[in-house]
Amino acid sequence: MQELNKEHKPLIVAFCCNWCSYAGADLAGSSRLSYPANVKIIRVPCSCRVNPTFILKAFQKGADGVILCGCHPGDCHYTSGNYYARRRMTLLFSMLDYLGIERERTRVEWVSAAEGAKFSKVMNEFAKTICELGENKRLEDLRCKD
Amino acid sequence: MQRLEVAFLEKAKELLSSGQVNRVLAYKKGEFCYDVSPAVFYSVEELENAVYNGFCGANLSKYLIQESKKEGKVAVFLKPCDTYSFNQLIKEHRVNRENVYVVGIECQGKFSIEKFYKTGVGFVASVQEDLDSVLVNGETKIDRNAVKLERCLVCKKQHVVYDELLVINEKKDGDLDRFEMVKKLEAMTADERFAFWKEQLSKCIRCNACRNVCPACTCTKCVFDNDDSQISSKANADSFEEKLFHIIRAFHVAGRCTDCGECSRVCPQNIPLHLLNRKYISDINEFYGEFEAGKDIAQKGPLTNYTTGDIEPNDFKGGNK
Repeated sequence: MQELNKEHKPLIVAFCCNWCSYAGADLAGSSRLSYPANVKIIRVPCSCRVNPTFILKAFQKGADGVILCGCHPGDCHYTSGNYYARRRMTLLFSMLDYLGIERERTRVEWVSAAEGAKFSKVMNEFAKTICELGENKRLEDLRCKD
Repeated sequence: MQRLEVAFLEKAKELLSSGQVNRVLAYKKGEFCYDVSPAVFYSVEELENAVYNGFCGANLSKYLIQESKKEGKVAVFLKPCDTYSFNQLIKEHRVNRENVYVVGIECQGKFSIEKFYKTGVGFVASVQEDLDSVLVNGETKIDRNAVKLERCLVCKKQHVVYDELLVINEKKDGDLDRFEMVKKLEAMTADERFAFWKEQLSKCIRCNACRNVCPACTCTKCVFDNDDSQISSKANADSFEEKLFHIIRAFHVAGRCTDCGECSRVCPQNIPLHLLNRKYISDINEFYGEFEAGKDIAQKGPLTNYTTGDIEPNDFKGGNK
């Protein structure tokens, strides 16, 4: 991990829902499982709270990858929030793909409060993918003129 | 075609003079024949300036949000595609249906003045319309399809909501595949797509015309105007909204966009904005089953609904790499 990080240190924003994924991250911490330090976690009440503009804004402000973590489908604290989030994110990611932006930069993962190991694994994998992709230039400015 | 305009004027006069409505929302003449704008007429005398021709492309349904809330009844002339927008507004409780008398009017496809110029006719002083051709300045005959707005090559044809119909000739053409260009873009490589959109969106001058004209954009407080929002307003120095404006604009109407094509029609920079909306429509059709906004108001919108077996956001096929 550290070798890859030498040249470019990517910034990764992780939106985590309060009830599952944030607790999952907590468990990863208390179980002493490591995940990359450049993953910045933003706690949200529910994955459904994440407005597509949040994700775009993160990219605009210099994120190289954005990941949304929520409760597993069917396990939402608010019954159905993650189902709506799922539809929204599918459409948003598909649109980003349509605009020619690398689709690996965005991701959705379902992580429960008991899945500290999964959280750590997902973040390590995602950070690796983003390191390989390098700096985010396309989403920072769609109208960039080279 | 002139018969239709006469019928339109007669109908408007009849509605006003009988007292059935106290105003009519239609189109008024401008300085030139192609310079037609939406207007409200309060009396039979004012109707002298009313007009209905191939340049009446504006979607009147958005004006009804305001007009339907005023006192008295308003009559409106809606084309087939306008009725979809109107129906969607009814669904969203944005218009007061009881205050509106809808006359579904015939439409044989509206014109784009730029397309006239492209044919090399020069100044367009007058246009005489026929079902499949137009006579410009009384001398040059042009095929009607050559000067139609792009959106009119794909036509909805049927009115979905009306109180009465004013149709003399049925529309026959307009059966092209509306997702043709979306499919073409998806078949390109990611780099080509990026280059395409960069070129298109770089033309944007952020005039907000696409937002202002859109019948699905009906928030009284818009994120693009609201200083307290996540996204700053136009005057601020933040560069965010300028760049990602178009993604957000299209997303805000995803699942509600009736594909009326007004955004592309009004764009002064000719950005094909409808291609963004159509991408959302084609995705919704593909992932969540066929859905046409504005067609059936009893149906739940795709983004306010879900099934437990929906596709995962990491798993869609997407365009070429």
